[in-house]
Amino acid sequence: MSEVRGVVVAHASLADGLVASVRAISGVGDEALSALTNEGCSPETLRDRLLRALGPEGPAIVFTDMGSGSCAFAARRIALERPDTGIVTGANLPVLLDFVFHRELPLPELVDRLVEKGRSGITGAHRESAAHADRAVSR
Amino acid sequence: MPIVLFRVDERLIHGQVVVGWGGPLHADRIVVVDDEIAASPWEQELYCLGVPEEMATSFLTVDDARRELPAWRGAGPRVIVLVREVATARRLAAERLLEGVEVNLGGIHDAEGRARILPYLYLRPAERADLEAIAAEGAAVAARDLPAARRVPLEELAPPR
Repeated sequence: MSEVRGVVVAHASLADGLVASVRAISGVGDEALSALTNEGCSPETLRDRLLRALGPEGPAIVFTDMGSGSCAFAARRIALERPDTGIVTGANLPVLLDFVFHRELPLPELVDRLVEKGRSGITGAHRESAAHADRAVSR
Repeated sequence: MPIVLFRVDERLIHGQVVVGWGGPLHADRIVVVDDEIAASPWEQELYCLGVPEEMATSFLTVDDARRELPAWRGAGPRVIVLVREVATARRLAAERLLEGVEVNLGGIHDAEGRARILPYLYLRPAERADLEAIAAEGAAVAARDLPAARRVPLEELAPPR
């Protein structure tokens, strides 16, 4: 079974920054995760670019910055017509790092795992507890 | 005026509209006017995912919107009207239905036959003619992608030489 391919699509230069960070930390290349901006794109252009980045077949996940908006809209349209396409919205660095090291997992299992990873990757703290923010839990 | 934004934007409901404009304008309702989407429940569902819960959304054909437009201009909810094509705006503006309203050009992107006017605005000659026709029907026409950006009136929307 082929490994899952990922494309981050986001506003302005966010996708580039996220993917560059993942590469700097993990050392993975473009074959695992690539970046796409929605800047200057009509809905059709963004859809076409995203489809090209995903390739015609094979398991893939589109990571978007928000759950709504033009990036998520393009992802959802593509997921309706392209088989084996998952979507993870609100992607952050912990999610993307986990993704590049678990691309061999079946797509549904991987999507569920990444959603959980994203949620648990956000913690909160204030004042005196800030020094222990890594132990704070946000659910 | 209850039509707080009348916008031409190929992306229709997206971040700039919901967050950038919808917040400062305190909009209560988004109306998408598009014959194709008005007949497509699954596309409506996708667009609604981008709308905050407190904001109502409806999808109308041009004919239905023309019937309702005078009511939107009276007292009532603060409405954002969205169309994705200049030609749709022209149909809505016919018979001076948009007189006194500003038609905001917020996102028409590069495509075959279009010339670049602004980074977020590309127009075909036919679209430019439609905009002139909308202005002749008594509406103001200006480009501005976000509230903080400079308003560029129709007279300045010429392709760079």
